[in-house]
Order: sequence, then structure tokens, then C-alpha cells
Amino acid sequence: MRDGTDPGAGPTARTDRGTNMTNAVKLIVLAIVTLMAAIAANYARDLAYMVNALVVMAVSAGMFIVVLRHTDEEVVVRDLSGEYMDDVIRFGVVATAFWGVVGFLVGVFIAFQLAFPALNFGWADGYLNFGRLRPLHTSAVIFAFGGNALICTSFYVVQRTSAVRLWGGNLAWFVFWGYNLFIVMAALSYVLGGSQSKEYAEPEWYIDLWLTVVWVAYLAVFLGTVIKRKEPHIYVANWFYLAFIVTVAMLHVVNNLAVPVSIWGGKSVQLFSGVQDAMTQWWYGHNAVGFFLTAGFLGMMYYFVPKQAERPVYSYKLSIIHFWALIFLYIWAGPHHLHYTALPDWASTLGMVFSIILWMPSWGGMINGLMTLSGAWDKLRTDPVIRMMVLAIGFYGMSTFEGPVMSIRAVNSLSHYTDWTIGHVHSGALGWNGMITFGCLYFLVPRLWNRVGLYSLSMVSWHFWLATIGIVLYAASMWVTGIMEGLMWREVDANGFLVNSFADTVAAKFPMYVVRGLGGVMYLSGAIIMCVNLWLTATRAPQIGEASGPRANGLVPAE
Amino acid sequence: MDTYSLMREFADSWMLLWLFVFFVCVFVWVFRPGSRRVYRDTASIPFRNDDRPAAADKEA
Repeated sequence: MRDGTDPGAGPTARTDRGTNMTNAVKLIVLAIVTLMAAIAANYARDLAYMVNALVVMAVSAGMFIVVLRHTDEEVVVRDLSGEYMDDVIRFGVVATAFWGVVGFLVGVFIAFQLAFPALNFGWADGYLNFGRLRPLHTSAVIFAFGGNALICTSFYVVQRTSAVRLWGGNLAWFVFWGYNLFIVMAALSYVLGGSQSKEYAEPEWYIDLWLTVVWVAYLAVFLGTVIKRKEPHIYVANWFYLAFIVTVAMLHVVNNLAVPVSIWGGKSVQLFSGVQDAMTQWWYGHNAVGFFLTAGFLGMMYYFVPKQAERPVYSYKLSIIHFWALIFLYIWAGPHHLHYTALPDWASTLGMVFSIILWMPSWGGMINGLMTLSGAWDKLRTDPVIRMMVLAIGFYGMSTFEGPVMSIRAVNSLSHYTDWTIGHVHSGALGWNGMITFGCLYFLVPRLWNRVGLYSLSMVSWHFWLATIGIVLYAASMWVTGIMEGLMWREVDANGFLVNSFADTVAAKFPMYVVRGLGGVMYLSGAIIMCVNLWLTATRAPQIGEASGPRANGLVPAE
Repeated sequence: MDTYSLMREFADSWMLLWLFVFFVCVFVWVFRPGSRRVYRDTASIPFRNDDRPAAADKEA
């Protein structure tokens, strides 16, 4: 045990005398939570609040029963410090894949709702119309799919690069389940009309408070693991993950400062108002992109790309400069969302200038990721997983090129409020976040389920091409329709009257909306193929140790 | 002087200077003599301890 090489041998089995005491405390807490949730559901002032109170009641009542049924069991305490905590990561991988498909599915549906408004069914009005499903889509892909991917990969990476087991024992499980409870509560409340109307920060105050608790626990687990590390240095991926966790905590707390109208209802009043509120919202909104979707996912890139390419990162010095430049510059870029508004000119100019300077760290990071393959470019031909990662880095470069262009005030006057913005967001989200996450999932599943390799590499290739063509259709159609509607909106005749009504632009966009929907269908199909492939990898691919003959190379032919 | 003006004054002067100096120092620090050897070791961290944590007696 002491040398940490054979954790299975000689477990120090004993009954933990403290367990009964702990169980008693757990039962009391769970009983109180169940009771309070029941009272909250009874007094609820709105439907979303009531349903969420019932969810909390059901969850804590269920946990109460589970704890009660196991309360007298002997608990075998085993020293687990000699092995990594991977079961929570396995759950995270499953949750990532599941929420990914859910989020893409909702996205495809709302894309077709825009093309064919009849899909806003009369019988589901107020629940499944575009306005209710749109935040469900954005939160499902960013926070459910992306968030679970970040949590599970960060747990994987921080353990391996610190050479220690996760700190905090079952706290990691609390982070995983607590985060997913947050997702479920947020999703239910959007559909039922509970929203504080802040983009990407829609959840109401009680959900925000819960997320804050979960996030502090996440920070504790991550930081605790980094602090007790056995490696002398903190690997760069952990710097990015840590910046993501700390900054998101700060953004979330400041942007959600609000006073609830009643403790029994979801509604709250924002602390800031007017232009201050707008600035805080986009300081939050853009740094959600910068630190959630960029810094966190760069953490993935700096670990999984070197691992998959089997060579260290191209330049470690560049990675450090990338890190500091990125976090120093990103935080100022938010005001470019508020050009031509009540925001003072100096502030929106500041945002624009910092957005343009951001080109340099972004492209430095892209070059660093791509050049990690130098000397191993042949892998692009043979390994569809690395191809996926490289495409992701390519899209990182492209969308971080497009973003600064769009932040320039003159360009923004054309692009703002048009579908160009939607196209830009999706080339980043589908191309960069989606593809790097898929690459990580393909990397993780064989390792976490102890398999020699993926079930089928040709299915990975199918996924790659479906997703790539889907993104191209999506981005291209949104460029066309975005620039078209931007030009139509500003077109004036010789007398200075507007030529087009708003409905004219909507009608003109129809073909592009259909193409965008088809792109989404392709991306979704690729993700479903991935789920099938990962499922078969975890259940059917040969296990490590029983491999022999031609299969020992880790390449398993499709059956 | 009201709070806004005071903080604005500070942000425009000393804080700006401090952030800029810190930023420049990062670049200088990264290219310090001997950093290449350190970073070569750090960059290879992902290729160690893949299956289980480092032995208990190994110190940082």
C-alpha cells in the first residue's frame, strides 16, 4: 500500500465507527431539505419554481431512502491514494455525450422552427415555442455538454498531471451530480418560463445560488488536487482549467447579483440597472466565451493533443505566454457587444481594441496546438481522432480571426443583430468546442473502460466528415443570410426611405435557414454515430490484457 | 473626490502601470536563462503517471 503500486492487495478493512454518526447527520440534512422543498412547492408563486422545488424534493427524498437503507452496513475503508478516481469521470463522459445529443437535437429543432414557423405548435405554445427552446439549446450545449466535458476532462487531466488522486473524496461526486442538478433545474425552468432574461445567464436566483455552491466545491476539488501534487510544476493545462474555474466563479457571482422578490418565487430584481446592467451582462457574456469556451477548452487542447500525437506541446514557452496574454486581454473585450448603445464610446472602443489585440494570443495558441504535430503529420492520414482535434484547432483559429473583425465598430454596424453573429458563434462552438470535445471523448473512453482501442475508426471518420460538412453548411449559409439581411436593413432609396421591411428580410432568408437546418442535422447525425461507437467501445471492444494477434495494435475493424 | 473618480484615477494610472509591468515581466521570465531545460521537463508531464498516482515517497 505504502508504495502505491498495488492498491488492490491487503485492504485495511474495518468498520468505520464514525459512519453511523455521519449517516445520522446526512439523514437530518436530507430530511430538512425534503421538507423545505415540499413547503416551497406548496407556496410556490410560479410554475417553474414549483416544479424545481418538486425535483429537489424528489432527489433529496430519494437520497434519504438510499442513505437510510445502507445506514447499518459495514463500510470497508480502503486506502485509495494509489489509484486515480476515474468512476466520476466515466459518469462525466456519459453525461457529456448525452447532453451533447440533447443540445444538438434542440438546436436542429429550433433551426427548423425558424425556417418553418408552423413548428411552433399551437398546443405547445408557451412551452415549446422558439423563445422557450432557444435558451434550452444554448444552455444545453454550452453548460450541459461543454460544462460536463470541462469537469470530467479537468478531473482526468489534473490527476494525471499532478500524479495524485483527486482531493476531497466524494466531493467530486457532489460536483458532478450537483452540476447536473443545476442543468436539469435550469432546463425545466426555461421551458416553464423561469428566466431572468440575461443571455447565457438565464437561470433565476435560487438556481444561481445552487450553482455557486457547486462551483466552489469544484474549485476546492481542483485546487486541492493541484496543491497536493507530486510533480514539481503545474502543467499548463491546469493553468487554463484553473483560470476557467476562478473566472467563471467571479463572472457568475457579479452578473447574478439580484434581490429575490419572494423566497417562494423565481422572480428577482437585478442590482444593476440600465447601461451598468448591460455592461455587466456583456462583461459576463463575452468572458463566458473567453473563459468557459476558450480557456477551459484550451486546457483540453494542451493535454489531449500532445497525448494523442504522442509528443510534447510544440513550445512550452509559447503556452505560458498564450496563457497570460489570453487572460489579460480577454477580460476587457466584452464592450464590443454594445457598439452604438448607451455605453460610452471610450468603453466600446476599449473593448474593440482589446478584441483586436486578442488575435495574437489566439493565433499563438493555435500555432502551438497545430505545431505540436510537427514531425507527426502523417497521423492526420491514419488517425481520425487527431484529425478531429486538428480541425478543432483550425476552427479555433478561424473563429478567433472572425471575432475581432466583427468587433470593429464599422463591421459591427453591418453584422450586429444579423445571422452572421449566429454563424460566427457556431463556427466556434461546433468547430472548436464540439470537435475538441469529441476528440477527447474518443481518447478517454477506451482508457476509462480499459479497452485496447475504439470499436470502429471508420465510424470516427464518418463522424468527422458529417460534422465538418455540417459546420461548413451552417457557417456558409449564415454568412450569406447575415450579410444579406444586414445590407437589406440599411438599404435606403433616393429619398432616404428604407427599401425593405423586416418581413422582407425574413422571407429572403428562407433558403439559407433550410441549409442551416440541414447542416445541423448532419452534425447531430455525426454525434449519434459517436455515441453508438463509444457505447460499443465500452461494451464490445476487446479489453486490455485479452488482446492478441492482429487486434493488439489497437485498431479494431468494424464488424 | 467621489468614489468613481478616485477609482477611475487609480485604474488609469497605477493599476494600468502595474498590470503592464506584470505582463512584460511574464515575457522576460519565460525567456530567463535555463528555462528551456525546466520547460522540457514540464512539457513531458502528460507522459508520466498515466495509470496510477506517483509513489507516496516521491516528493515534489
